[in-house]
Amino acid sequence: MILQALTLTLRLAVVVSCILLVIGIPLACWLAYSRQRWKFFVEALVSLPVVLPPTVLGFYVLVAIGPLSPVGRWYQRLSGHSLAFTFQGLVIGSVLYSLPFAVQPMATSFAAIDRKLLDASALLGASRWRTFRRIILPLGMPGVLSGFVLSFAHTVGEFGVVLMIGGNIPGATRTISILIFDQVEALDYAAANRTALLLLAFCFALLAALYGLRHRVSWNVWEWK
Amino acid sequence: MSAPPCPPTELTVRVRKSLSHNAGFSFALDAAFSVNAGFTILFGASGSGKTTLLDCVSGLQTPDTGRIAVGANALFDSASAVNVAPNRRSVGYLMQSPALFPHMTVRQNVQYGLAELDTREREQRCEQILRQFRISAVASRRPGEISGGERQRAALARALVRRPRVLLLDEPLTALDSAVRSQILLDLRAWNSGRPIPILYVTHQREEVFALGENVIALEAGHIVAQGSPHDVLQRPQSETVAQLAGFENIFDCEFVAAHPEQGTMSCRLAASKLLLEAPLSRIDRARPLRVGIRAGDILLASPAPHGLSAQNVFPGTVLSLEERDVLVIAKVECGVELEVHLTPAARNSLHLQAGTKVWLVIKAYSCHLLQDGRKRTVALAQFHV
Repeated sequence: MILQALTLTLRLAVVVSCILLVIGIPLACWLAYSRQRWKFFVEALVSLPVVLPPTVLGFYVLVAIGPLSPVGRWYQRLSGHSLAFTFQGLVIGSVLYSLPFAVQPMATSFAAIDRKLLDASALLGASRWRTFRRIILPLGMPGVLSGFVLSFAHTVGEFGVVLMIGGNIPGATRTISILIFDQVEALDYAAANRTALLLLAFCFALLAALYGLRHRVSWNVWEWK
Repeated sequence: MSAPPCPPTELTVRVRKSLSHNAGFSFALDAAFSVNAGFTILFGASGSGKTTLLDCVSGLQTPDTGRIAVGANALFDSASAVNVAPNRRSVGYLMQSPALFPHMTVRQNVQYGLAELDTREREQRCEQILRQFRISAVASRRPGEISGGERQRAALARALVRRPRVLLLDEPLTALDSAVRSQILLDLRAWNSGRPIPILYVTHQREEVFALGENVIALEAGHIVAQGSPHDVLQRPQSETVAQLAGFENIFDCEFVAAHPEQGTMSCRLAASKLLLEAPLSRIDRARPLRVGIRAGDILLASPAPHGLSAQNVFPGTVLSLEERDVLVIAKVECGVELEVHLTPAARNSLHLQAGTKVWLVIKAYSCHLLQDGRKRTVALAQFHV
């Protein structure tokens, strides 16, 4: 049971942090370099999950993907079942919930890149895409890594959103944090302790490994040809 | 097809650009010039618009109106809505900081701008320019691991390896010591003799103007106030920027009092003083503010009162302070205005100068250079005031 919950949690975290990598990098780039006046609006929107209780976010996502909303109805017509209380629904909620944790470190490190380097790149004939690939991405890599690690860790540890959207279905939506909650509810403190300890050890080992790796990352590793 | 109207390497620039800041400060660049292959010095104080001008040529900033072209090729033309993107202008631009990519080696930096060439040609060109700028030995190092001079050499090589049509240099060598600087300039000259393109070199250092200048453009508050060879520009330093270029330590507002055509002089009163100065008779525009510039080295100090001199201007004064710098003594002397006077330690010792000493100041009429701020290249030569 623990193993099932653990693999589900990891699967969710991997899928969510990979999706956030794909969404987060262009969004962070836009936030770092755009001169649009209404940029603050997007910044506030992206940061919202940091301050909002997970129940609020979870509630609205549940409504949005439920059979009463156009999105929910459209998905149901397409796939034959509702998004609510499924793994896919959980992914949507988690992506939104972890968005700021991925985007903020990325945007910060992109914005910290000396603009002169970007000017120099353009003056050397590089297109925007080439400048992004050869200059922005490698120099912003520490921030991209941080964003990836943080969104992964944040997804592993989330509880409220999962409970609101996913419920508690073994193998589909019962993540490890839900399992611990279950075990405590059932007054099975010994089992809860084992699960919690496992999660604690796993998270610590993962973060230690990633931060250790990041210290060892020299520019060599991230050099793009 | 008709012949091109100008030499293929000629850079012609005509730009207007207003920059307004929130703090009520506004600035307008309004300059037109054309230059041929070789060095052209852009000289002016900070804030005179030099960097804005270079940014407009490189495409990093867009002028409000005007035209920028190399030969017959327009890079920017507001009339026909041409505005070539910076990455397609083929303009080399070196800024004060070398802006090398920190995560790449010197060689990778140099090759960065050659993406469209095949590998063999890219490497060939890269190695050639590395040799030419004497950085082959550090080619595998990163910018953080080489000296400041080598960094500027690498940045120069990176810009030149693309064979740009124009090279813009924005005080690229100010941070380097003079030996390193002159060696880099020699190498740049050697490169330029093989590939003659216009080089706009921005500086506010006087020495560099004389070391480099074939052609000088003096900028003041966004306008060109003088253009020509350094010798021509300095011959009649009528604007304040040019005066600084010529090294006037003393510049004062003054007002025209009377002309003495029979003596070949005119009298001017220095602002906020009763001091009447005899200056050579020259053409001035009475409607515009007039200033006088005097080199600190052109002023003599005497004690006791001199007589039997050809010099027209002899005033009493008091030494305020003396400061010794290498073999130069800089004296500040109060005589109604505060004048800076340069003399040798020997002169100081023989006159027993110290703060408070009463002295006589002696200035030849021909050492008093009348300056008039001019927005046009040639200062309005209205008429003699007789």
